[in-house]
Amino acid sequence: MIDFQPTEEQQLIIEVVRQFAGNELRPIARDCSELREIPAKVLAQAHELGLVATSIEESHGGGGERCAVTGCLIAEELAHADLALALAILSPALIALPVCDLGSEEQKSAHLPAFTRSQFVPGSLAVVEPDIRFDPLAPRTRARAQDGGFVLDGTKCFVPWLEGGTQVIVIAATERGPRPFLISRDCPGLSVVPERNMGIDALPTVELTLEGVFAPADALLGPDDDRAVRSLIDRGRVGLAATAIGVARAAYEVALEYAKEREAFGAPIATKQAIAFKLADMAIEIDGARLLVWEAAWKLDQGDTVTREATLAHCQARRVALEVADGAVQVLGGHGYIREYLPELHLRNARGFAAFEALALV
Amino acid sequence: MAISFDLTENTLYSRAYYHDVALKQMRPISRKYDDEEHAFPQEWVDFFWKHGRKGPQGGPTDGPSDGFVRVCVQAEELCWGDAGLYLRMPTPALGGSAVSAAGSKEQRKRFLSRFNEPEGTPCWGAMAITEPGAGSDAAAIETTARLDGDEWVLNGTKIFCTAGEGASEAEGGFVVVWATLDRSAGRAGIKSFVVPAGTPGMKLVGLERKLGIRVSDTATLVFEDCRVPRENLLGREEVKQRKSGADSSAGKPGFKGAMATFDASRPIVAAMAVGVGRASLDFVKEELSRQGFAIRYDAPRYDQGAIERDVIEMEAQLQAARLLTWRAASMMTRGIPNSLEASMAKAKAGLVVTEITQKAVEILGPPGYSRKLMVEKWMRDAKINDIYEGTQQINQLIVARRILGYSSGQLR
Repeated sequence: MIDFQPTEEQQLIIEVVRQFAGNELRPIARDCSELREIPAKVLAQAHELGLVATSIEESHGGGGERCAVTGCLIAEELAHADLALALAILSPALIALPVCDLGSEEQKSAHLPAFTRSQFVPGSLAVVEPDIRFDPLAPRTRARAQDGGFVLDGTKCFVPWLEGGTQVIVIAATERGPRPFLISRDCPGLSVVPERNMGIDALPTVELTLEGVFAPADALLGPDDDRAVRSLIDRGRVGLAATAIGVARAAYEVALEYAKEREAFGAPIATKQAIAFKLADMAIEIDGARLLVWEAAWKLDQGDTVTREATLAHCQARRVALEVADGAVQVLGGHGYIREYLPELHLRNARGFAAFEALALV
Repeated sequence: MAISFDLTENTLYSRAYYHDVALKQMRPISRKYDDEEHAFPQEWVDFFWKHGRKGPQGGPTDGPSDGFVRVCVQAEELCWGDAGLYLRMPTPALGGSAVSAAGSKEQRKRFLSRFNEPEGTPCWGAMAITEPGAGSDAAAIETTARLDGDEWVLNGTKIFCTAGEGASEAEGGFVVVWATLDRSAGRAGIKSFVVPAGTPGMKLVGLERKLGIRVSDTATLVFEDCRVPRENLLGREEVKQRKSGADSSAGKPGFKGAMATFDASRPIVAAMAVGVGRASLDFVKEELSRQGFAIRYDAPRYDQGAIERDVIEMEAQLQAARLLTWRAASMMTRGIPNSLEASMAKAKAGLVVTEITQKAVEILGPPGYSRKLMVEKWMRDAKINDIYEGTQQINQLIVARRILGYSSGQLR
């Protein structure tokens, strides 16, 4: 039966996360962006909410309540406060969820407990490559079979690299197609250079170079076909689309409030149709895109393959995020262009969805 | 309750039935009645009166229901067949929505039961709001109603009345006419009146020649001392006087009551729009696939063709419009106020199907422009969805007022 109401439990989760995001994240978003760092205290606080641990299966110490729809609701609320902080807080999922979905019992026992303990442990996933002709399903990073394992060579970018992480999942092409490899961050042959990008300044990301990195056979995650990477990309698109909705909603709300306060020609600018209609379009577009995201997530929860739905949701959400952020800058005019207000940060972050893959998973 | 995108068994059953109707009854005559504007689609009206109006027979009867979403699913399916023929179905249509929303139980029985009786001849319901001098600004209407003994006397001219020919002429039908009791009272003075087909003084004076939905009878009706019984007024008789400073739309169930009809009709119009958009999109995808051109949802951005991008964008936009529509409908089923969501759905659907159907003509190249194919017709049919039941701009205005918390006085 068609229904658009989150469950009572989900509404409770939304409330808790919204409150945390509004009280703890939003106030520090600008400073984190300028200083390009995230206080460890905030990550620890967020970790206490158990947002990722809840999704890990019970037999490995988690909450056993994996639900992509809930994941999207959480991702939107966190990103509504700040995209970089949201991606940092959700980063444990970059390892935990692929291991849950694809890992053997041994891999699960080895890698999941780190994410269910009281200390925040970040995760890391290396998908994107610094290449105009980047194709997530045909990466240039290679994994050659050798000595009973694999040897990896290549370069990745937009790789979250928060302090305290020990593992990274790298997508590399084998002779039989793309595969995820779970490898240690201190492997010989692996080197990193911190990145500077247009946005998500607060999130530490690196360009990751692999030169003859040896991965043992049990570093390979999942079945020996393309499904593992495909599912990871699909889940990433749904997760990222949810964060894009959060960014859009944040920009829209700033614009809405500003338009009601700012007076021109003797009245709030929101009383002019040129502004009011722009705000109305923003609201409509955000709601429409959110429903596409929910539908894709809901299909994931039904166990379906969602390549089409994930792509539709992702295309729509990233377009909406960019247009709404740009619209917000425009509504604020000169004030939208200065770093005293948030829309310029929303605009820089929103454009990132054209380049990101799998920075958030559900 | 939980977020779910599963249509129920009975919705799916009904969708399959109406899809079959669209495919076998509507599509074969679609072009003919576009060419022969104002010809009466006898075979369609007969089919619908005999079979279609009863809906699917058999199928699952128990189990959960999608309520109003199911109505939207049906409208989408039939408009996938032909939006003009959909509007020509002998049903109470918008007139029925008005009677349901603002009428008494007795009025619902008196005006609507005729449509479900097995006997009798086809009849139509219609709503007459627009006038030569009042379109989006419905409060500016000039048609008057005056009480004379036990009768209302109506005078004025109504244009753009969908199904107005059938509703004003075929026995058993009716037109819901918006008229003012007191122009000085503004919106509060506006009431709606049920005028049965054939009432003396109601005259069909013309049918519009249109861009699309040509088989739909868009009528001009003139009311000259047209008398209807006092009990044909929908809602209360009193004119609530405007208080200074107060929002003048607060006079329920007069103007505002009449406007409430839109909360139900806008999701349906949005669903109709989605049906036309889907007809174009389905055709484009089938044609591309016939040409050996598959849409790759997993292709990297640099390798996507322009047409591939267009089609993916069209699909995403259409689905966003459909889901906004279903959300508004689902709130309606639950009795949750949905004016905002209904306007969002209507604004989005009207706009995206206009764009989708125009893009479809472009993608199909020279054949797309030819009347040998249907996409040119669907493009013409689609545009009305961006106009009637509140233009794109009126719905933006309604959404804007809601999100800003502004009254109609604060945001004009």
